[in-house]
Amino acid sequence: MMASLTHATTTVAQTVSLFDGFDGFVLPVILKLVFVLAAFFVLPLVGGYLEHKVMGRMQHRRGPVEAGPFGSLQLVADGIKFIQKEDLIPSAADRWVFAIAPGVALVPAMLVFLVIPFGPGVFALDFELGLFYALAAISVSVLGVLMGGWASANKFSLIGGLRAGAQLVAYELPLIIAAITVAVQAGTLSLVGIVESQATFQLFGTGINVWFVFPQIVGFAIFFVAAMAELSRPPFDMPIGDSELVFGYMTEYTGIKYAMYMLTEYAGMISMSALMVVLYLGGWQLLPGVPLPGCEAGGGLFDCSPTGIALGVAITIAKIMALVFLMVWARVAYPRLREDQLQRVCWLVLVPLSLANLAVVTIAKVVF
Amino acid sequence: MSDLDTKERIQPATAPGEGIAVQFVGDADFPTQDMSVSIGPAHPATHGVFRIVLELDGERVKQATPVVGYMHRGFEKLAEHRDFRQIMALVNRHDWLSGFSNELGVALAVEQMMEMEVPDRAQWIRMLMAEWNRILNHLMFVGSYALELGAITPMFYAFRERDDIQHLLESATGGRLHFTYNQPGGLKIDLPKGFLKESVQVSQTVRTRLPDYFDLVLGNEIFQGRTKGVGPLPPDVALSVGATGPTLQATGVAEDSRVTEPYLKYGEIDVEVPVGENGDSFDRFYCLLHRIRTSLDIIDQIHDHMPAGPVNTKLPKMVKAPEGATYVRTENPLGQLGYWLESDGGRTPWRLKMRTPSFSNVQTMPYLMEGALLPDAISILGSVFFVVGDIDR
Repeated sequence: MMASLTHATTTVAQTVSLFDGFDGFVLPVILKLVFVLAAFFVLPLVGGYLEHKVMGRMQHRRGPVEAGPFGSLQLVADGIKFIQKEDLIPSAADRWVFAIAPGVALVPAMLVFLVIPFGPGVFALDFELGLFYALAAISVSVLGVLMGGWASANKFSLIGGLRAGAQLVAYELPLIIAAITVAVQAGTLSLVGIVESQATFQLFGTGINVWFVFPQIVGFAIFFVAAMAELSRPPFDMPIGDSELVFGYMTEYTGIKYAMYMLTEYAGMISMSALMVVLYLGGWQLLPGVPLPGCEAGGGLFDCSPTGIALGVAITIAKIMALVFLMVWARVAYPRLREDQLQRVCWLVLVPLSLANLAVVTIAKVVF
Repeated sequence: MSDLDTKERIQPATAPGEGIAVQFVGDADFPTQDMSVSIGPAHPATHGVFRIVLELDGERVKQATPVVGYMHRGFEKLAEHRDFRQIMALVNRHDWLSGFSNELGVALAVEQMMEMEVPDRAQWIRMLMAEWNRILNHLMFVGSYALELGAITPMFYAFRERDDIQHLLESATGGRLHFTYNQPGGLKIDLPKGFLKESVQVSQTVRTRLPDYFDLVLGNEIFQGRTKGVGPLPPDVALSVGATGPTLQATGVAEDSRVTEPYLKYGEIDVEVPVGENGDSFDRFYCLLHRIRTSLDIIDQIHDHMPAGPVNTKLPKMVKAPEGATYVRTENPLGQLGYWLESDGGRTPWRLKMRTPSFSNVQTMPYLMEGALLPDAISILGSVFFVVGDIDR
């Protein structure tokens, strides 16, 4: 696995990253790491702030107002509070597994950011297998959840962990099939490649430039629902189910470990939204078939001026936040599904639908 | 794990392509061990210190045992050491969401024993307050039940309306939860100037916002999926444990003491009693929500009827109920509240027995939860509306 990935990075890197423009080996690597970490720590905070404010407005309150301008530093303040808290480990817990579990959940969520393109040239790596890598990394997080649920030595945690395991494994299937469908349409697994192929993609048989969301509206819906389930976001939050399981697999966690689980969830929201933007919503493109202002043609790194690059990043982040907004909206509007209803939705609706979608798109691709 | 090893053996395939032969030794049932989970006394879904012990087989509840008494505050005994006016400040605390209705029950009992004539205006104001109190209570449960099913927003909506109503009641009584507005023979004080006008306004506001709950909660597909057919309660079981209020009405029994045994002036106005069909969680919530609407209808009628006149009678320095006993039942927001008041002619009751609706309603839970899934158990727990202080007294 590792060997093949390394192979892919060294020999088949398709598009040059902005950070490869610097001389030497060490400097680009450091810049890439800084970029990934910055995206990982800043964007979830922005998403979280958006959630606070949007939920507040939808519920006749104002959301955070005290910390920082318009309460924008509330999550930073929360983070500082979490660090100060006592780090409790229950005496019956499996100490090592309990301690490692939040990290096991957190690190894969961070690794996904490695391949997400935020703008023309603004990404750390462009794998040939980028989509495969992102989906694989996301699915490792479930291990951390299961470990935490098991190691807590708490019945609520155990039930929560098992629910999470069942749910995350089940929803992986429609998620991956929907993603595969896009890969079929684009003819590549590279995330950058998928964005670029949407610049010139035309609706079957017509001359109209569109993003993949138009021919694949079903796939997009499936991916969105499955992504929310994968992230245990309401209405699919049975693993946490605060009114049933106290706080599910996180019941026994305090302080920084709890904060790590929370960061995993919000980073997951960002990375899933980013994947949706890349797969369906044309990445950094402003309009389908029209190059960005400041860019020419397909909009690769060398076609763009610095303003074009900045604009591309802004557009990507705006699209991501729009999807985060939809997720928050669902949280505000819906009650929680029941565990068996959740599984039924997955196996009886989403999986057959996604398979049918794959078949239709594949046939259309061959015919037209 | 060891059970699995001895009972089930997977034998390797003998030749390629033959597949795996699975042989079960002993009975083929997969042996599992039940897990006992204690929901409460400190659990988010029990909104208080109610405890229910669930025997779980996976996610399925095999047995549910409510454990009450964590909040026993000895109201019945305390009441024996307070005089009849002081009891008012005591009884509005056992069901803290229906303070006014509780006071009303005791006031009616004392008046009945002392054979007092209560002025008309006092009776109409009592009805008005009781109905506003009922709406306050029901709004709270609309919010908290949705919260138990995972929807956070209705709670905020409900508190928006609750705040308006509490503001209104505060202007007359000085209290937001514990009103202490009754006294034997009437009310402590008349309504403030402009109260009725504001009451009409609040009534209109709540009425225009009521469709929000019908759409957002009752009409929501997921809400219906979580509540329809969950915890069906047959009327005979409900009656055998003495369930009342929305829990009983949901089973199709239109029992409401405002109609069947009218007190105050309920006989002079129309009181509609919403009933359900299946007695499931959905019907219980449906009845609760419709009771808000019927209460608003009652309030509008009261506004039209409100007479002028005094609101209390002159009381002797020492209120003493004559020797004897009486039982008064009123329709509290959660069901029928009964007070058995026994007096030896002294200045305090000799015995004040409470028959609280929550205590009886909670007794339906072992029946309802048996065989339900864990999330359904929570759906049932929330839909059998109770206040922990009202169970434990």
